[in-house]
Amino acid sequence: MHSIAAAPHIFWAVLFVVLPLFIVVFYAFTDESGSFSPWNIAALADYFPIFLISLELAVIATCICLLLGYPLAYAIARAKPQHQKIFIMLLMLPMWTNLLIRTYSIMAILDDRGFLNTLFDTHFHIIGTKGAVIFGMVYDFLPYMVLPIYTCISKIDKHMWEAASDLGCSPIKVMTRVILPLSRSGIISGVTMVLVPCISTFYISQKLGGGTFELIGDTIERQFLNGARNIGAAISLVMMILILISLAVMNRFTDSDGEDGGIIV
Amino acid sequence: MAKLIELKGISKSYDSEKVIDSMDLYIRDGEFITLLGPSGCGKTTTLRIIGGFEQADEGELYFEGTEISSVPAYKRQINTVFQKYALFPHLNVYENIAFPLRLKKIKEEEVKEKVTEMLKMVALSGFENKSVSTLSGGQQQRVAIARALISHPKVLLLDEPLGALDLKLRKDMQNELKSIQQKIGITFIYVTHDQEEALSMSDTVVVMANGKIQQIGTPTDIYNEPKNAFVADFIGESNIIDGIMLEDKKVKLASHVFDCVDGGFEKNEPVDVVIRPEDVDVVEPERGMLIGTVTSVTFKGVHYEIIVDIKGFKWMIQSTDYVAPEKTIGIYIEPDAIHIMKKSEYSGKFGDYSSFSDEMDYISNADTAEEF
Repeated sequence: MHSIAAAPHIFWAVLFVVLPLFIVVFYAFTDESGSFSPWNIAALADYFPIFLISLELAVIATCICLLLGYPLAYAIARAKPQHQKIFIMLLMLPMWTNLLIRTYSIMAILDDRGFLNTLFDTHFHIIGTKGAVIFGMVYDFLPYMVLPIYTCISKIDKHMWEAASDLGCSPIKVMTRVILPLSRSGIISGVTMVLVPCISTFYISQKLGGGTFELIGDTIERQFLNGARNIGAAISLVMMILILISLAVMNRFTDSDGEDGGIIV
Repeated sequence: MAKLIELKGISKSYDSEKVIDSMDLYIRDGEFITLLGPSGCGKTTTLRIIGGFEQADEGELYFEGTEISSVPAYKRQINTVFQKYALFPHLNVYENIAFPLRLKKIKEEEVKEKVTEMLKMVALSGFENKSVSTLSGGQQQRVAIARALISHPKVLLLDEPLGALDLKLRKDMQNELKSIQQKIGITFIYVTHDQEEALSMSDTVVVMANGKIQQIGTPTDIYNEPKNAFVADFIGESNIIDGIMLEDKKVKLASHVFDCVDGGFEKNEPVDVVIRPEDVDVVEPERGMLIGTVTSVTFKGVHYEIIVDIKGFKWMIQSTDYVAPEKTIGIYIEPDAIHIMKKSEYSGKFGDYSSFSDEMDYISNADTAEEF
């Protein structure tokens, strides 16, 4: 019975996950004629600076998401149950709008002759800066940080706060000694879910970066659009391996008791 | 023994429902005191106010003579053993117990010495590196006690700490808790709905109902001299019969005049008369002070539980001798087995076994989800 029930999923996974992966690996190690070639991988050194910028922006955006998201998640998790539902819905509300549309809207608002500059009659140049891209990333991916942390904190036994304070913890120590360690798995899930899409995003940097700089996602997209599939596949493959390695490293921090873990690959 | 904690006129309401109604209580240094009562009587709330997890709406709370209502929990020299233990899942047994010491930045050798000593006291030596989630309920309980005691608090609060354990383990832990308390000599404030637990462990028992203290006394006082029908019924089994106090040491109930040992009532004052089931002797009908018909007999191991209909009132009698149902029997009661109480708001509500159906089971089940 189990195997029959799992069949659609296996079929789906093979068709849309495993097969494409093989195609990526195949392209990454072949040249345009289809014969084996290690040169695609060797050529990746040229893209190292782009990768560094992508990493820099993604890390900054993730840190900001964490700094904004943790207190928000904490506040929601500690609110009354009936209020929690409302807060979570408000948080999810922007996600009902397509990511691309939201990104375009930010563009319209922050543009040199956009909504804000018109409203206040100012001439701030925002679109095209790193700041705009980071803002876009934070705006788009913040819910992915808040949700796993919220889930994690709301699962912590309410008596933990009382026990910690009973045993001599000031409110700050309650956080640092008990609640933060107990919400670590949520933090790691949140960081993963924000960092990974931030590194590989291409439309946010295209739209909000105003074409002034390129991130690794843009590079991959450009390679495929220009027909340089093999290079594009090679970059994708290396990215994928780097992400897998960093996930494996992060998973080591989530303890052996993965029971209260959030969403980890 | 000096007063260590004193509650003066403490009141607390949740959503306009009064949970504690102007309560006065003092707790002496070094005593084992138990707050006993059914679910919703306010005992846990009282404990939480003493612990600092809850603020009273009215009244004052003194600790060693100082008002501490506004002192936060972490600054009080009072530690708690929580009902569900509340051990820290991210720390092992050693670090859980060492937790209060770590906050004080105590040197590692000293921490190790104290934790080892504590583990020895709760019989968990060798469990240092175990994860708390792998421990049984009883072991988690011991860790919680060790953790609460390691920083030498002046008072230990215990909120139904044995509620989640099975009967055998519960009995063992009762003895162990009592001996720990005697060894370290600090005040234990214990909350339970289990009257047997309260009687066997406590120096002082505080019986509570509806947010009010019904009676404070030693376990023997509470059992032998209950103040009202509620206390008599809640502590053990009791037949509570309407009676008339004819004069000192003479009480009339079920149309028979009994000699008793109590006095100090008005002439012909209506009273509640408590007679414990184990104090009633079954005799031949012609020798009986009262005569009744046996309606049911249940074997309880140590004794038989016999329900007898005497003039429409169902009495419970505990006897080691079997009596056949439907049989007419006489009963005999010694004067000092008769306890007279003033009429109270609880009169007529308890102590009749006509609708008897394992009352105690009902009370203990209903109370597993104690109010917060």
